[in-house]
Amino acid sequence: MAQIWTRFRAVILGAVGVAAVVASWDLYKALGPEQGVLIGDTRILPRTTDLAMPHSWEMLQRFTEPVTSLAGAPDAFSTVYDASMFSLGLAARGWLIGVVVGLLLALVMSRFRIIESALLPWVVLSQTVPLIAIAPLVRRWGSAVEIGGHVWTSEDSVAVIAAYLAFFPVAVGALRGLKSPEATHLDLMRAFGIGWWRTLLTLRIPASVPYLLPALRLGAASAVIGAVVAEVSIGLKGGLGRMVIDYAVAASGDPAKPWAPIFGAVAIGLVAAGAIGLLGLALRPFRLTGVAQ
Amino acid sequence: MNHLGTDPAIEARGVHRIFGKGRKQVDALTDVDLTVADGEFVSLIGPSGCGKSTLLRLVADLDAATSGTITVFGKTARQARLDQEYGIAFQQSGLLPWRTVAGNVELPLKLHGVPAEVRRQRVAELLELIGLTDFAKSHPDQLSGGMQQRVAIARALAESPRLLLMDEPFGALDEITRERMQNELVRICAETGAAVLFVTHSIPEAVFLSDRVVVMSPRPGRITGVVDVRADGMVPAHDRSAGARDEEGFFRAVGEVRALLHGTPEQAVAARGVDTR
Repeated sequence: MAQIWTRFRAVILGAVGVAAVVASWDLYKALGPEQGVLIGDTRILPRTTDLAMPHSWEMLQRFTEPVTSLAGAPDAFSTVYDASMFSLGLAARGWLIGVVVGLLLALVMSRFRIIESALLPWVVLSQTVPLIAIAPLVRRWGSAVEIGGHVWTSEDSVAVIAAYLAFFPVAVGALRGLKSPEATHLDLMRAFGIGWWRTLLTLRIPASVPYLLPALRLGAASAVIGAVVAEVSIGLKGGLGRMVIDYAVAASGDPAKPWAPIFGAVAIGLVAAGAIGLLGLALRPFRLTGVAQ
Repeated sequence: MNHLGTDPAIEARGVHRIFGKGRKQVDALTDVDLTVADGEFVSLIGPSGCGKSTLLRLVADLDAATSGTITVFGKTARQARLDQEYGIAFQQSGLLPWRTVAGNVELPLKLHGVPAEVRRQRVAELLELIGLTDFAKSHPDQLSGGMQQRVAIARALAESPRLLLMDEPFGALDEITRERMQNELVRICAETGAAVLFVTHSIPEAVFLSDRVVVMSPRPGRITGVVDVRADGMVPAHDRSAGARDEEGFFRAVGEVRALLHGTPEQAVAARGVDTR
């Protein structure tokens, strides 16, 4: 018993956490007042009607039912699954572009102090621009781009916007990581008589791994959010973004339905974070942050 | 690459190092002349800010002198660094935490293109020398501070340099570990025959390890005197054993170094709390 606990501690605790959320949802629905909890005119807890708060099992059950009442409509699960995969694919493309751009930026910033001073404020500033504002710009500029025979599509726009969110944590995290080696380590590399490039490979890149992994995970989460939101802003069909909007309309007659794409978004977020976790496993030796100085 | 033994290990002539400009100017080193013979063990001792580490960094070409010349085995400091004429160890071990003990020791060999088979043999020799053969596959964070420092010394010796530069390598260790490390360093130096430039602020450490102790003082950083420990009746540094700490010559040399440290016009500074031990 104790062995099982130590071995699967994280899994058990995770399951308990999810169960706690589900239980409190249904408990509040069962016991809470129908009109919600109000202080004055301000509602601080929601109504508990079936319309406002469908039972958790109804939300799950909804996945097995046909997505619309039309004859021959596929079940909601496969529809949401397809949309999730579509969005995940775009997020992955965006993440990849974001990681490459972020790493390159961090590299030049760590190499040249003056570029860091010039560029870093812009990198930070870039994240203060609302996505909604840049979506039409990306689309318009994109349509002016033609590389080889490739014609710019809305999917490219979505991937670029996802990358726009994903590059930021990567650039900042990688920069910190590349600059993390101590003076002793840098002196040593100089004493070995090796130049910037080999110091980068021998010292700076391995030393940056503990900073890079959280940055990559953050980038993955940002890419998922960026892809879903960009689908809405660009007006691209086929992914979770549009589905969230479309299904929200059905809320009044089919209250469990809008939750389906939300769960889809949660699922692809977990998949994205899990993929980085696997990457972290592969890079495990470099995560050592021991006492060696 | 063999030296004929004619060139001294280190020769510094009229070395100045000035940090900063104008009102913030600091004379870290003023008019320093120093010769370290091939195979000789020389310690630099003095209070903080006397420029002893700065001098070592100039020899290592980690910093450049404002004026004056430094040669290492007859070459410029820069050329000596590029030719790997010296091995270096710092107060912090500077081991790469993601590399094993063996991986850390072989790093300089690997960076300079030594074939894997030769590397493996050399690493085995070095680990034998520092008595850490069983820890070859351990990572640095599994080692005590003293063991980490031994690995750092093994790494400094990897390419069999004829000169070792050591910047307070035992400064972060406790007194007991420290004495043991000093004994080991004497043994290692005897086996390798390398010249050593050793920075410390411990008088007994300097005297026990050295052939000559160079005493420095701050503001401006300069050499105020040299104590030849051998002249006090001690055997050459390479031939000493732990018992040397109880010899009469040891105490005489300690007294001389202490007198030089405290007898300088900088005594007023020392009284204000600068650590001169």
